[in-house]
Amino acid sequence: MLNYIWAFMIIVGILVAAFTGSMEAVSSTVLDSAKEAIQLCLVMLGVVGMWTGIMKIAEQTGLVRQFTKLLMPILRLLFPRIAHREAVMGYIAANLIANLLGLGWAATPTGLKAMKALQEVHKEECAISGGDPEAASDEMCLFLVINISSLQLIPINMIAYRSQYGSVHPGVIILPGLIATMVSTLAGVLYGVWKCRRNQRKNSKQ
Amino acid sequence: MKIIAMISSFMIPLVIFYIVGYGVINREKVYDIFIEGVKEGFKIVVGIAPTLVGLMVAVGVIRASGALDMLGKLLAPVGKLLQVPAEVIPLILVRLFSTSAANGLVFDLFKEYGTDSNIGLIASIVMSCTESIFYIMSVYLLAVKVKKSRWTLAGGLIATLAGVVASVVIAGVML
Repeated sequence: MLNYIWAFMIIVGILVAAFTGSMEAVSSTVLDSAKEAIQLCLVMLGVVGMWTGIMKIAEQTGLVRQFTKLLMPILRLLFPRIAHREAVMGYIAANLIANLLGLGWAATPTGLKAMKALQEVHKEECAISGGDPEAASDEMCLFLVINISSLQLIPINMIAYRSQYGSVHPGVIILPGLIATMVSTLAGVLYGVWKCRRNQRKNSKQ
Repeated sequence: MKIIAMISSFMIPLVIFYIVGYGVINREKVYDIFIEGVKEGFKIVVGIAPTLVGLMVAVGVIRASGALDMLGKLLAPVGKLLQVPAEVIPLILVRLFSTSAANGLVFDLFKEYGTDSNIGLIASIVMSCTESIFYIMSVYLLAVKVKKSRWTLAGGLIATLAGVVASVVIAGVML
């Protein structure tokens, strides 16, 4: 995917520049942008390092596991059909917690485990009642929508970027970001739960 | 604005206080663990540095060429409908595909309008409350060999749209 986007941006950019006569700007931008990227990385080394350090403490002291347990009642509401499957629910909880705490790198592996577990449940169901194992189950869709809706409580990267670009209050977006995240997650979850319930009713009628 | 800034500035210290305090109560070697975590963080940043170079160059090229302004003008009517400034529209589109490419656009907006301007705030909040739909879908669905995503995209777009509208409204309140 990125191969296309990247090539598209470079090629279209240079072609447009040839027509609009902004070749000189493009030429200096190429070098400046590369330099800027590395300057940004230096700032991020500090901020991201600090955050992953703190989160490592949360992980090692068992705090993350406790949060996972706290999440279970909500997860049972969202995924009633698989609530009795401890392992699957555990993976889902671990993924959501990693997302909440902004541990992007820890979120993907747990997310993949959750998806694989959901796929196994789905295959079992397809074997019993017929169905397409190559189509996502309702639970998979809902899980993905929750991931897409963003859960991060503190947007640590964005704060780092803002301070690098001279913000007086880099952290001022924490509360607004939190509210906006809740709005987007709520919208996604409500749609997802509605879809799940509707499909279940359809299935039980048949 | 003041209350938002105050609550916001309390969040990080509170989280750190709670986590470190919990570690101390449980008699963990918090400092050693912290340093381990910092090392992991460094690896992550070093890992994304090449991506950042690549995408910031590409974003720089397309912006300097004037192509982005054209796209923004083209999509301005859609933005008006949702009260989204035309400058932010390209960002929202790119956001659906790639976080790092979107970051490149955000930096441009920061430089052009300032981090604490209306546009800068909208960009910051949009980035905090959305994810790259197509990236997540392709990674997760490919991993389990699922070809039909059914209502995932619709749900993702609804969540993203809600986040964008919320960002614009909240940024409006903040200034």
